[in-house]
Amino acid sequence: MTTTPDTTAATQTTTLLRFATAGSVDDGKSTLVGRLLHDAKAILADQLEAVTRTSEERGFVGGAFDFALLTDGLRAEREQGITIDVAYRYFATDKRSFILADCPGHVQYTRNMVTGATTADAVVVLIDARTGATEQTRRHLTVVQRLGIRHVIVAINKIDLLDYDQVAYAKVEHEVEELAEEIGLDTAHLIPVSALAGDNVAAASANTPWYSGPSLLELLETLPSKEEDTADLEPFRLDVQSVLRPQGGLAPGLDPEQFRDYRAVTGQVTSGRVHLGDEIDVHPAGVRTTVIGIDTADGPLESAGAPLSVALRLADDIDTARGTVLAAAGTLPQPRKIVRAEVFPFTAQGLHSGDRVLVKAGTTTVKALVRIESKRNLTTSVSEPAEVLAGNDIGVAEVKLASALPLADFREHGRSGGFLIIDPQTGATVAAGIHTPAEEGTA
Amino acid sequence: MSIDHAPLSTNEPLSTLDVLESEAIHIIREVAAEFEKPVLLFSGGKDSVTVLHLAAKAFWPAKIPFGLLHVDTGHNFPEILKFRDETAARYDIELSVAKVQDYIDDGRLRERADGTRNTLQTQPLIDAIADGGYDAVFGGARRDEDKARAKERILSLRDEFGQWDPSNQRPELWNIYNGRHTVGEHVRVFPISNFTELDVWSYIERENIALPHLYYAHEREVFNRDGMWWSTGEFSTPRAGEDVVRKSVRYRTVGDMSCTGAVESDASDIASVLAEVAVTTVTERGATRADDRISAAAMEDRKKDGYF
Repeated sequence: MTTTPDTTAATQTTTLLRFATAGSVDDGKSTLVGRLLHDAKAILADQLEAVTRTSEERGFVGGAFDFALLTDGLRAEREQGITIDVAYRYFATDKRSFILADCPGHVQYTRNMVTGATTADAVVVLIDARTGATEQTRRHLTVVQRLGIRHVIVAINKIDLLDYDQVAYAKVEHEVEELAEEIGLDTAHLIPVSALAGDNVAAASANTPWYSGPSLLELLETLPSKEEDTADLEPFRLDVQSVLRPQGGLAPGLDPEQFRDYRAVTGQVTSGRVHLGDEIDVHPAGVRTTVIGIDTADGPLESAGAPLSVALRLADDIDTARGTVLAAAGTLPQPRKIVRAEVFPFTAQGLHSGDRVLVKAGTTTVKALVRIESKRNLTTSVSEPAEVLAGNDIGVAEVKLASALPLADFREHGRSGGFLIIDPQTGATVAAGIHTPAEEGTA
Repeated sequence: MSIDHAPLSTNEPLSTLDVLESEAIHIIREVAAEFEKPVLLFSGGKDSVTVLHLAAKAFWPAKIPFGLLHVDTGHNFPEILKFRDETAARYDIELSVAKVQDYIDDGRLRERADGTRNTLQTQPLIDAIADGGYDAVFGGARRDEDKARAKERILSLRDEFGQWDPSNQRPELWNIYNGRHTVGEHVRVFPISNFTELDVWSYIERENIALPHLYYAHEREVFNRDGMWWSTGEFSTPRAGEDVVRKSVRYRTVGDMSCTGAVESDASDIASVLAEVAVTTVTERGATRADDRISAAAMEDRKKDGYF
């Protein structure tokens, strides 16, 4: 047994795509996720056996399958037939590895969707073809649009119950396109699927000859990931985690002479790519220096792109404590003490004008004061003045920071404009915030 | 590794393993920077060995700035304990051991009727965390292991009783982790949450990480119970009708001898183990852990109770 199947080599050479699914049980989300895992052969015999056994106990007959049992991990979820929390699923094809954040749609949907979507390259929103776009579809697509998800896929499910009728599908398609335009969602991939029957999930279906696009899995296999898309377009940025000075204790086996003066900053490249010899700006030191070494335990590199974790050596001996931001020369966002942000409160207590909170951005945590400006009406997509946001609301706030932070514009640069809002007393993460300096009014 | 040789050119897209490795290193560095006293739970099993390897890479060329903690059930494979001690010495890292046997000897814990000691680990673990003053505890748990673990956060808050509240978890956004906790609480940290079993094996191969020999096929006296192969020994003796045979087996997980079974295998090196894992049809816990077969919520119940 020395031959190695293709799947083995795969995880060492293929790329990773993280995606999230949103939709309610009624839309057939659990069935779609189950189907995707099943068709990608990610469900193993003992799991299948357990699900079949429980399906029979629940009255599913003739080998029919309650796919939701595969994804609902908690006792309370199985007992109530609901999904409480985001669950992570893993599968791979010979082209790619996938991490699926399975987000429940109806309970605390903002919290769950924001959690799943902030790390996702793509989001699949499910719609029941019979009902078309609903209030909830609008909410899901709004969150996805506000969070700037790169690839939005709308799976129009239960197409089998429309007898694969092209005209009926076209009607739903048109409805979704109108909604997307109204919300401001530029592009979305629309796919007619039947999770139950498997149409257009893993492979193109013969039942929908009028649909010429890819199956869901084919699309997921070919979408560029966030880093692939932007590593060489975005400016380099790194949030410093710590300063490495091995003089106190060198790893076993290394030569103390060689590392006598070693000093580097550690961090994961947040965006872009850094090359040896690049000039960078350092916040808050306010100085410019040069990268003279990009180190990893495997040896030095010529360049490093997001999301690689590296240690950088800099030409000048400057203050680069934890919380320092490094950015390609001339690209560091203007550090600001007052920022305008779109906020997504998660908890029942909501977020109020006058709340004293902590803001954690990158590797910095600062005290902050919140003033709510407006709340987005999720039915009309119009902003209305507000002082309070409840959990699951979306709104705009002015956040006054105890010290200036170089937050990027989230709409342009993604995650380096995102931050957590933390309750200093309980330590809980009560909201997500994204820096949106340019947007005014109802946009 | 030196810092003097020519830099590598790296313009290709990062592989899945590169991305997973960078994520784990980021998490380990965040926790080391923000917590007072982290510790790494180390059993000598492949997952904790992988986390230790990642920790070494995260702080290179400095040594790992925290120690190791092992909860010894008293039923561990002798090969594993030897490997554990040698590995700690090789990394020049402090190792603390909490012993279930001590608790049984002085009556704080009672031996279970079925002889399994896996669930008995929880009390010594929570005590060791409190006594050591650890505020962050790294573990090698992965989300693909079990349905309850699929819901686990990367940083998971535990109260002073070590309990997990799955319905009230902090959302985790981007790569920004919130590890705030009050006195008495601690945080469990799972840097390889997003690795699958296959990823771990691929990574072990790529990085050439040393593992205990139990993971590779070897000849052993075993008997069959409930479809698993059990090693004959002090802690697992065959009952009437369970014949002892000599077989080539390997372990997919390495835990307490009283609840960890082996699988038949001829895979004696990493490449052949990888080939086996890639085409496996049964999960590693389903195949080799008796304690996870008890009920659909076996892992959830243990986790809520403070198990790791």
